[in-house]
Amino acid sequence: MNHDRITEKLAILADAAKYDVSCSSSGSNRKNKEKGLGTTGNGICHAYTEDGRCVSLLKILLTNVCIYDCAYCVSRKSNDIKRAGFTVQEVVDLTINFYRRNYIEGLFISSGIFTNADYTMERLVLIAKKLRTEHKFSGYIHIKSIPGASEEIIKEAGLYADRLSINVEMPTEKSLALLAPDKKREDMIQPMKVLKQAIIENKEEKKLFKKTPVFAPAGQSTQMVIGATAETDLEILYLANGFYKKMNMRRVYYSGYVPISNDNRLPAIGTPVPIVRENRLYQADWLLRFYGFNVDEIVDKNNPLLDMEIDPKLGWALRNMQCFPIDINTAEYQLILRVPGIGVQSAQKIVAARRFRRLGYGHLKKIGISVNRARYFIQADNDYEVKDWQPAQIKQFILSEGVSKYKADFSPQITLF
Amino acid sequence: MTTVIYDGSWQGFLTAVFEVYEYRLADTVICGEKFAPANLFGASHKVFTDEAKAVRVWDRLRQKLTPGAYRQLYDSFLSEDKGVEDVLMRYIRYSLASKVAMENDFSHPDILQVKQVSRKVHREKHRMEAFVRFQLTKDQLYYAIVQPDHNVLPLIARHFKARYADQRWLIYDATRKYGIYYDLEKVEEVQLNFTADLQNEFTVSEIYDEHESLYQHLWQQYFKSVNIAARKNTKLHIQHMPKRYWKYLVEKK
Ligand code: SF4
Repeated sequence: MNHDRITEKLAILADAAKYDVSCSSSGSNRKNKEKGLGTTGNGICHAYTEDGRCVSLLKILLTNVCIYDCAYCVSRKSNDIKRAGFTVQEVVDLTINFYRRNYIEGLFISSGIFTNADYTMERLVLIAKKLRTEHKFSGYIHIKSIPGASEEIIKEAGLYADRLSINVEMPTEKSLALLAPDKKREDMIQPMKVLKQAIIENKEEKKLFKKTPVFAPAGQSTQMVIGATAETDLEILYLANGFYKKMNMRRVYYSGYVPISNDNRLPAIGTPVPIVRENRLYQADWLLRFYGFNVDEIVDKNNPLLDMEIDPKLGWALRNMQCFPIDINTAEYQLILRVPGIGVQSAQKIVAARRFRRLGYGHLKKIGISVNRARYFIQADNDYEVKDWQPAQIKQFILSEGVSKYKADFSPQITLF
Repeated sequence: MTTVIYDGSWQGFLTAVFEVYEYRLADTVICGEKFAPANLFGASHKVFTDEAKAVRVWDRLRQKLTPGAYRQLYDSFLSEDKGVEDVLMRYIRYSLASKVAMENDFSHPDILQVKQVSRKVHREKHRMEAFVRFQLTKDQLYYAIVQPDHNVLPLIARHFKARYADQRWLIYDATRKYGIYYDLEKVEEVQLNFTADLQNEFTVSEIYDEHESLYQHLWQQYFKSVNIAARKNTKLHIQHMPKRYWKYLVEKK
């Protein structure tokens, strides 16, 4: 192996792949078979980039050569950059050797499109197949499918990959037509449907025949670029909600556009990455998935944009003061979960602990609730004086105290509230 | 006040708990022999680890507690936090005296503390599963050095055994001077006296596999390439990867 050459290729092809923000390696539960190599489980972040994102997978492109010309992408045909490509075997060797040293949870492979979609996709599937069969590899494999690849090859990918993703790229068809004229929305939606169906069928089959091989056990995910075009949060979140509800999507990723081009269809180079907005979208996404919120509670026609100053849960609470205060000692878990300053873990602790004695503010503080924030919305024993504050006042109080704690956390792996 | 001194092991601690009941010791401070103060005020009681006694305490606790709570006790113990034995002792007294399961009584200070300490240990267990970096030696042993705050090697053995079933590996705790070694069959504790800076004592070519430096180099390159300068956020980076762990991280060299 030529050391310098392989290092250079890795530099180019990791750099080109990094704009795909998904790093998840969870949701699969592959056991190590016959003393092979690897397991998957809850997903481990082995390192963090200097911008605080999780590094869990070896995320690379097979090649950054591409026949398409999507304006928002560094690998687009018209961009004057260095091109490189790995061989299938090189990707396999890198994955195995990184994995054995405990650097990574597995591989995230994607590619620019060369020759045609099927030809490209076949190579990606071959990498996964070699890992699984020749190396008895049970680590995590994520394949980002190539838009336009045929149904058969996408289904074959599911036999080896833990997760498959098809990026919708743009929140609306209009933006896609504007920025990625080679791509058709239908080429993304159709394979999502195919995958959804195949995953459901596989689960059914598994119930009947235990030996049925798994099919994409970590499901499918997608990503859209935000801030490159003019969509509102309403459009973005409704689309995401549709993916969760109709496509059984496991995750939707929001990738704040990083300006890389002088194309006048796009924000100019030097425009800041919309990191706060991206973070607010992830918070809203959490509310949809884990907090039992409906999408129209978070954004609606009158409020099509998320408030950048405060998180969407607090935003909802302030618009719905008629639901508060709620009594910590008696309210249902689902309601407690809706209180600003109380997260999933704290809500569970409250429900468990209140069976032993009535809880006061002292207890809540120790349990880890941010009482300064929650106090406007709850009742507990030895009450603070409950005043009828106006939502705008509450917002002011919360913003003025301990700003740092409520400031946006700049990463898709957030858990705050 | 009685100072109860035991050998620092989990079995030793359980024996100590047994003897606190056996000798009706009240107002105790339980303390590993390494940390026992030289000048003891008041009485002291020396515990000799006794497996039978330990097992009896263990069995009793298992009747009283859910597996999750039992684990929390063990994990907290491994924290090696100063005074954690006394918190555990109070926890155990409370649970043995209580008719109902009490492990979710989070407004009780000891219960809450055990929950929090065990979470802290658990977090470091996860960190170690993430931050171990194996290096391949000439005789095909993957070895790693770590220096965790808490004594987490017993907690991570399972994970590594399941994952790296087809390679021999050794993880060495340079603070506590012992390691866990997997020989393709089983994991064993091994006592070794590596100097903490073993890595610097040999030149790479002497002990490492011929490709080791290439893969370290490639990993460093990868780590550099995935960074997005426009998003730099050092605070968050350090919060996730505290500096005290950097010493053994290939990508941070
Ligand atoms: S098809 Fe993919 S790699 Fe090619 S330009 Fe479009 S986004 Fe980039």
